[in-house]
Amino acid sequence: MDPLVDRLDRIRGTVAPRNHNARTIAALTSNPGCGRRGLMDAAGVNKGAVAGQLGFPAGFGQSRFAIARGNAFEAQVKADGAAELLQLLRDRLGLAIPEVAYDDLSNVGGNASREVRYARTKALLARAASERDDAGTLFDHPMLRLEIAGYYAYLEPDLIAFRAGGKFHVVEIKSFAVIDGQADPGKTAAAATQSAVYVMAMRELLAELGHPPESVSHDVVLVCPENFANRPTATLVDVRKQLTVLRRQLSRLTRLESILDALPAGLSFDLAYDSDQQATRPADELRKAVSTIDARYSPDCLGTCEMAFFCRDESAGSTSALGRSVRDDLGGVESIGTVLGLARGTLTPGAGQEEIAGLLRFAHKLRTECLDGIG
Amino acid sequence: MSILTALARAEAVESGRAQPLTTVRHTHVAERPLVLVPLSLAGEAAAPLAAIVGTDPGEPRLLVVANPRDRTQRFDFVAELARVVLSYVDGCARSVDTGAGGTKLRYAEAPQVIVPNRGGVEFVRLLGRSTRFRRPFGPYPVHRTVPILGQWLTFLRERADHPGSSMLLAMTSVLSEHWATGQSGLEDANLAALLGWIDPPGDLDGAGAAALAEDPLRSPPAGPSTDPTFDNEILAPALAAVARSIDDFARERALAALTAAVADQMRPTWDLTWQAVRLLRTRPAGASVETRWAMDRDVFTMYHMALAEGTALPQPRRDSAVAAAGRLDRLEREQARYDAQRALDDPLVMAEFRLSGEAFTGTVVAASPNRVDTSGKKAALRPHITVQTDDPVRLEPGAHLVSPARLAQQATVVSVSSVDVVLELSKGMGRSTKQPAPGSVPEVGDRVTYGPVTDAYQPPGRFPSRDDTPWTHGGPPPVIEYHASDNDAVEDWS
Ligand code: SF4
Repeated sequence: MDPLVDRLDRIRGTVAPRNHNARTIAALTSNPGCGRRGLMDAAGVNKGAVAGQLGFPAGFGQSRFAIARGNAFEAQVKADGAAELLQLLRDRLGLAIPEVAYDDLSNVGGNASREVRYARTKALLARAASERDDAGTLFDHPMLRLEIAGYYAYLEPDLIAFRAGGKFHVVEIKSFAVIDGQADPGKTAAAATQSAVYVMAMRELLAELGHPPESVSHDVVLVCPENFANRPTATLVDVRKQLTVLRRQLSRLTRLESILDALPAGLSFDLAYDSDQQATRPADELRKAVSTIDARYSPDCLGTCEMAFFCRDESAGSTSALGRSVRDDLGGVESIGTVLGLARGTLTPGAGQEEIAGLLRFAHKLRTECLDGIG
Repeated sequence: MSILTALARAEAVESGRAQPLTTVRHTHVAERPLVLVPLSLAGEAAAPLAAIVGTDPGEPRLLVVANPRDRTQRFDFVAELARVVLSYVDGCARSVDTGAGGTKLRYAEAPQVIVPNRGGVEFVRLLGRSTRFRRPFGPYPVHRTVPILGQWLTFLRERADHPGSSMLLAMTSVLSEHWATGQSGLEDANLAALLGWIDPPGDLDGAGAAALAEDPLRSPPAGPSTDPTFDNEILAPALAAVARSIDDFARERALAALTAAVADQMRPTWDLTWQAVRLLRTRPAGASVETRWAMDRDVFTMYHMALAEGTALPQPRRDSAVAAAGRLDRLEREQARYDAQRALDDPLVMAEFRLSGEAFTGTVVAASPNRVDTSGKKAALRPHITVQTDDPVRLEPGAHLVSPARLAQQATVVSVSSVDVVLELSKGMGRSTKQPAPGSVPEVGDRVTYGPVTDAYQPPGRFPSRDDTPWTHGGPPPVIEYHASDNDAVEDWS
């Protein structure tokens, strides 16, 4: 067995690795500098469970109204052989799509394993790719996979892939509204990153068949409801930038050896589940294990990582807990105590700190001067 | 952000309390603001679920939609909200400002709508957008107040983009401009946590109060998004019970339960928003606050009269490219003026300019108050003063400055050395062309501050070049010529 995989297995402990999906893979790109997260994700550790056991449960709930709305919109777009979608692709994007068939790849009969479904996706896409003309099929629910640190992460996207003009395109359906041509920038960015994960996985699949990366377009089709109605609209989104970030981050994950070498041999995040599925690992022991790996907390973690409340607590007293821009404004000085010491002149600046110390003293003087006598 | 605010955050961590970023209040707080706490249904573009609204902290008006996905009920809710908002708006137009000079009419009041956070501002935009094109006739007629509410909400939302306008305020933004907390800006978006740092309850410190505020059970989110757990465990069954009720009696009971449940979610935010209003009122207002509020009242007066006369400009779905560029440019200049005004009102804001070298404070070490410039057609009184300063001045000769102590007087930089600045003064010295009025020119030994002029000042390179960016990457929407059509009135809202 691959020694890296073996090591990661031991770190994770007795439970099966947590499955990745496009959202979790996309999240890998949100704090690429964090070794703690990189390791936990590579090992497939259930970060939510670990955070809970540490006494810092994460609050990543989803409203059932949002879920229901998302499902309903997707069902509508895909109804009748994706009739609405087809019309959009033709009318709005001007894609010359011939008469098409609709093939739902999740129907393989019985409860086929992910590997079987992946093989079927591959076979069908291979056929489509080898035809000279566009095959004229919308493939729904393809099973894709990406290699994440030695493991294959299977992805079951709610997406449709089709070929037009000799290229495959990825269609992502999202239920946030585009109103008068504008959508929530945060949600749009998240959708673009997730789509990039799919483009990448499709490219890997086609690469196995000997097709070049360009056979999958970097323009993905984002389908959202338009204005306040349920009518869908389609937009092409260029995800080249997201692909670059993603590629860099995934390649980092496979270079974990250096992080691993520095860790104590017996390190494990095993939660030691008993027969009642209760975690029995003592919290302080787990805390010690987690703390051996350096983290890089920033407030953005609160929206992207299940470990955030723990890491925030751990980084109390550091300038990065106040946000990257605050830390930058403070010249990158790590500790709040140091900042205040330098500002008040009670600390002598270390090498390289002279300039920021001067600015801090000036800022401190200004604040004191202005606030003197004001309550 | 700057090193000054960053340092204030560090101080807040150490002291356990938020630290002031200003010495005065720069936002107008109306005598009778209208507080609006909206909630919307998760997953929908703009499906109002409930709102608390009112001008009296002791008398919240509660509006609830029993079935947020039902078109009729939604418009009933909007009509009810319209009644409250429009009577408030019209109330502001009841009396005229007799002190206003000139021939221009100006109302004595203007509406001030306060929502808890940025999400509330976005709610106002979406509700305005989804109602202003409706019509009281034709297919899908609505109550006649619905489109009028839409126009006012759109008007208010547009004003919120203008730096220094106080007609639509997100309370978290107002507080963040005045205080630095010991947490991140991201966490400051939570009104309860932010206020916890500024004005913690009981004997808690800021961090303790903020921690409590993050627990959605103790402190429900300030909306418009609701807590997912509340959605799944309380709201969903309550909405289902209303939908299921077989007779009036059952419906009445289910409605009461639903109303109580959403009221519990909104009430804490209502109270916090008013707590923040009271807190802001305790701070003295900056000298130019009244000027900016007068501008708000002017704009309000014009729009109110135009609406009444039917001459109000249309509010298109999208601005044309030319209009959008012009607007951006205007906002830029308003921002510069707002920054400069605040600096002149507030030494702590001026300190930001001193840090960047655009302003300085020092002591007058030489003065020639009777200096006359004879190079022009007419001899003119142009005193010079030399100010010694430790500040890192980064100004070029020829730059125009003004002193907070002598707003009517213009100062031009003559020369800058590492220790002092020589200024030439004009205006604000009385009638004589030979001798300045007593006290109008700073004397040797005076401590003086000079900073950016309110109108000429332009901040460098802040103009975002968004035009080439597609909307999917944060740019402006594609431009489409807009022609109002009757189709707008029957647009789906599902
Ligand atoms: S929350 Fe912690 S583990 Fe997660 S990315 Fe941030 S610093 Fe890393």
